This record gives sequence, structure tokens and C-alpha cells, in this order.
Amino acid sequence: MMNDSMELYQDVILDHNKSPRNQRRIEVADRKAVGYNPLCGDHVSVTIKLDGDVVSDVAFEGSGCAISTASASLMTESLKGKTLEEAKHLFERFHGLVTGETEQLEEAEGMGKLAVFSGVCNYPARVKCATLAWHTLKAALENDDGKVTTE
Amino acid sequence: MSEVNASMVAGQRGTVEPFDVARIREDFPILRQTVRDKPLVYLDNAATTQKPQAVIDTLLQYYGAQNANIHRGVYRLSVKATELYEEARRKVRRFLNASRVEEIVFTSGTTDAINLVAQSYVRPRVSRGDEILLTEMEHHSNIVPWQLLCEQTGATIRVVPINEAGELEMNRFHELLTDRTKFVAISHVSNALGTINPVAEMVAAAHERGVSVLVDGAQGVPHLPVDVTAIDCDFYAFSGHKVFGPTGVGALHAKYELLEEMPPWRGGGDMIKSVSFDGTVYNDVPYKFEAGTPNIAGVIGLGAALDYVSAIGLSAIAEYEGRLLDHATRVFSSLPHVRVIGTAAEKASVMSFVVDDVHPHDVGTILDQQGIAVRTGHHCAQPVMTHFGVPATVRASLAFYNTTAEIDALATGLNEVIAVFE
Ligand SMILES: Cc1ncc(COP(=O)(O)O)c(C=O)c1O
Repeated sequence: MMNDSMELYQDVILDHNKSPRNQRRIEVADRKAVGYNPLCGDHVSVTIKLDGDVVSDVAFEGSGCAISTASASLMTESLKGKTLEEAKHLFERFHGLVTGETEQLEEAEGMGKLAVFSGVCNYPARVKCATLAWHTLKAALENDDGKVTTE
Repeated sequence: MSEVNASMVAGQRGTVEPFDVARIREDFPILRQTVRDKPLVYLDNAATTQKPQAVIDTLLQYYGAQNANIHRGVYRLSVKATELYEEARRKVRRFLNASRVEEIVFTSGTTDAINLVAQSYVRPRVSRGDEILLTEMEHHSNIVPWQLLCEQTGATIRVVPINEAGELEMNRFHELLTDRTKFVAISHVSNALGTINPVAEMVAAAHERGVSVLVDGAQGVPHLPVDVTAIDCDFYAFSGHKVFGPTGVGALHAKYELLEEMPPWRGGGDMIKSVSFDGTVYNDVPYKFEAGTPNIAGVIGLGAALDYVSAIGLSAIAEYEGRLLDHATRVFSSLPHVRVIGTAAEKASVMSFVVDDVHPHDVGTILDQQGIAVRTGHHCAQPVMTHFGVPATVRASLAFYNTTAEIDALATGLNEVIAVFE
């Protein structure tokens, strides 16, 4: 039984759920957005500080399940130092990984810790949990009305 | 679930008969399947129930040998289909102990029935300053139709609060029932908490003030013997799929005089006697509320479902489920980190709960890996979640085909959840 659970709930995910990184608000943010998943009531806000077109700081706030919390936490870790273009590209790759749209191995390559989410595509009901923070990030980057829902 | 025991329940006339759950489970083909190589433990009966072979056979028989449109053909098939459809109406009357068969209107479900009452009965009778009285534990389908009505009419909604056990605060109900109250809509049994409400007492209090009452019976009919004559409610709504029948069908019971007064809600075929561009004569009650070709197979399948549960007996079902609930309550009280939400003294077999520091969706996913199907989320009752200060709960809702062994499997699953997140 334990093994089944561990396919999804890998140690890295459990660790980031327990002690999320960058869980705070950047007071003077250059970009921000809030996301909401009406299915489970989870919400997340993402704030970004830019240095030119490089993400110099990124943080999240909100409450959610282990998958969405760990996803937000790992997202912030992987974004620092990336350019806006690179960040958008990472969104696409992450999305492909968790929805199973792209070949997993190839996609997971070079994604570092984010590869722990490759198991999510076997749990279609949980894909939205893994992508909530990322959709919110995308909205922040595109600076549209700054509100997203994943439904 | 190899060792399901036939537990003993008190039968009619005080004799003790076995409630043979192993035998009953054989009637439900879906329960034989495995999920991830583990027997399916289906504990989401408040969302929808599984179907006995008798219902499945009825649907096959209808589509395989009896299908025709109703109320309009002179040929044999159509006459037969019409008979079957109308026979189902008589079954619903008997099941609810309504006084007249014309008091049964077929709808697509509880939601449809509540919208019908809101738009056809209540809308012409309310205006600004009037109040509709609901409770804090209502399902969204007994909230939103009233909000729409309020937008249309300027009426406002008042809400009877619940206490920490998830019971209605009855003194507040009596205080909120005033001269401004024009309608009361309450659930018989809460889908999120399991609370059984004192509906007969509430109806009597409302009637003293001349106020009509709708009872949302979506979770009442699967668990309790329902007698609309004894409750004396003006409207009672339920869904077929929650009482072991097909989806997309339900029924509204309404007092005959009220149906007579009510204008049709939807126009179309079947609800008319004659149509011309100068004017249309509506059909009689209940047909004037059944516009268009109805869910004929669904209605007939619903009749078969009511036959099935009536044969077991709602009293025997309530008794057996009471034992399941006692067992579940005992098992849960020994689980660390688990908090039950909804501890009403009068309660149906629903266990809503949260696990400390673990989100309900994570609980649901890990239980699913063990073949256990529970609902996680707000259960279409967000005001209840707000009341208890949680975004969501995990809900195990039991039916008469569930067993104490399945509850034990749930407990094992919850220990697994706690182990993963420790
Ligand atoms: C108490 C209650 N009322 C109403 C409904 C709505 O039923 P339906 O979706 O079948 O119309 C439900 C179903 O979830 C319910 O549990």
C-alpha cells in the first residue's frame, strides 16, 4: 500500500508540503496574481519581483492540499534567476509533464526537482492541484487581470 | 470483503430477522469489481447510489422491448409504455404515502423540482420585503434557486443557523418565522452532515402562520421511511439516482390544491390540451408540469428502484444503517488526528470528517489507492464548511449494502494516510 501512495506522494513533495519555501508575500511586487480552484476551495497568490526581465524573487501564499502546496513551493524555487521567457517556457514544460501530454522521460529531463510531479498524470483528478500555482504564475507574468481559476 | 456478516436487526412486529447484507450485495453487480486489485469499497452514496440488477434489467427491458413515446400513440407499444410510466407514478405515491396520484410530478431530479416550486408557486406570491426561510445546512440546489427568485422579486433570504453538532437551532427557527416569512425550504437530511431535521415540527410551526414548506428529500428517501401525509409538507422533492434508481429523473410531491393553482413553468408538448395561436388550454395536474417527452425509461427505472427498496423495507434499512453508523462512530473515536464534522443526535449514516494537517483531497487520493471511494470537497454545501471553518471535508456516506468490514477498511486506510503524512 505504501508503495502506491509513494508514487504520487514522493519525499520531496511531502517535504515541501511540510515546510514550504518562499511562502510569504513580496510587499512591493512587480507582478502578482491570485488563483482559485472552485472544486476544492484552494486558493493561492503569487508575487514576483523583477530585475530587468529576470525573476529576482518569487513567493506564494495560500492554502491547499499537499500536491498544490508542494507544487507552489517547488515552482518558486525553480523560477529564481530565470528570465520571463524561460519562466513561460518552464510553465509549458511543467504543464506537459503533469497532464501527460508529452513523453514523460524526455520532458522530465533537465527539470530537476520538478520531475517529482511526473506521477501526477496518473491521477487526472489531481492535475488541477499541481497546476494551480503555475496557472497563477502565468497570469502574473502575462499581467492580465491577475485572477485565474482552474476548473 | 469476504467475511461480510449478516447482522441481526429487529424486523416488523418486533421479531428479529437477519439483515442479510451478503445476499443484498449480490444484487449490485458494480460492487463485485476491484479497483487497483482491491475490492471496491463504495462510500459515496450521498453523491449517487449504485443500482440493483432489478433496475438495470428494467431499463434493458424497456429499451429492448417496450420503448415508445407516451400519452400519444394508439398503437400497442405506446399504450404499454404509457401504462408503465403511469404505474411508476402510482409507485411513487405509495412510496411517499401521498394521498393522490395526481400529486406526483416527474422531474429531472431534486434540483429541477425545487426550481419548479420556486418559479411556479413562490415567484407570483412574493415581492420586496418578503422573506424566504432556509437553513445553514442546505445543499446549493436548495439555496441558489431561492437566490434567483430573490433577484427576480426583491424578496430576501433568512437562514436558520446550526449549532456545533450540526443541528438546527430550533429556537432561532421559531424566531425567524415571522409575518414577513412567505415560504420555508428545508432539507429532510443534510448531505454534508447527516443531520435529520424535525421536519414535521417545522411544517406545523410554519402552517400555524399560513406559510407553505418545501422539504428537500434528496437524502431523506434513501435512509428513512417517508410519509408526506404525516409530515404534512406542501412540497417534497427527491432524486431517483440517490435512491438506487437512474440518473436524470426525480419527483416532486405537491398538495393537489397547490398544483391546481400553480401556472405551468415550462411550455411544450404533453402539457397542453389544445393549442392555437389564439390561446392554449393547459393539461390537467400533474401533466401541465411535464412539458416535452419525459425521461420515460428513467421514470420506469425509478419505479423499479422503489419496488426494490420497499421489498427490503425502509424501516429495516434505517435500522441496519443505524448499526453501521454506530460502528463507524465507535471506530472513528479511536482514530487519532480525525475529527468528525456533524454529530447530531438524530443522524443518518453519513460520516463527514477532517484529518489534522492533511487536506481532504490528499486523504481521498490515498484512500482511492486502496479501492475506497469517498467524496472530498465542500459537498455543494459551502455555508456548512464556512460554519465549521474548514475548506472541505472527507465524507463517507453509507448505504444498506455497506458493511462493518468496509468501515474497518476505511479505518485502515486512514491509518495509512496518517502514516504517509507523519
Ligand atoms: C440534500 C440534497 N439536496 C439536493 C441535491 C441535488 O440533487 P440532484 O443533483 O439530483 O438534483 C442533493 C444532491 O447532491 C442533495 O444531497
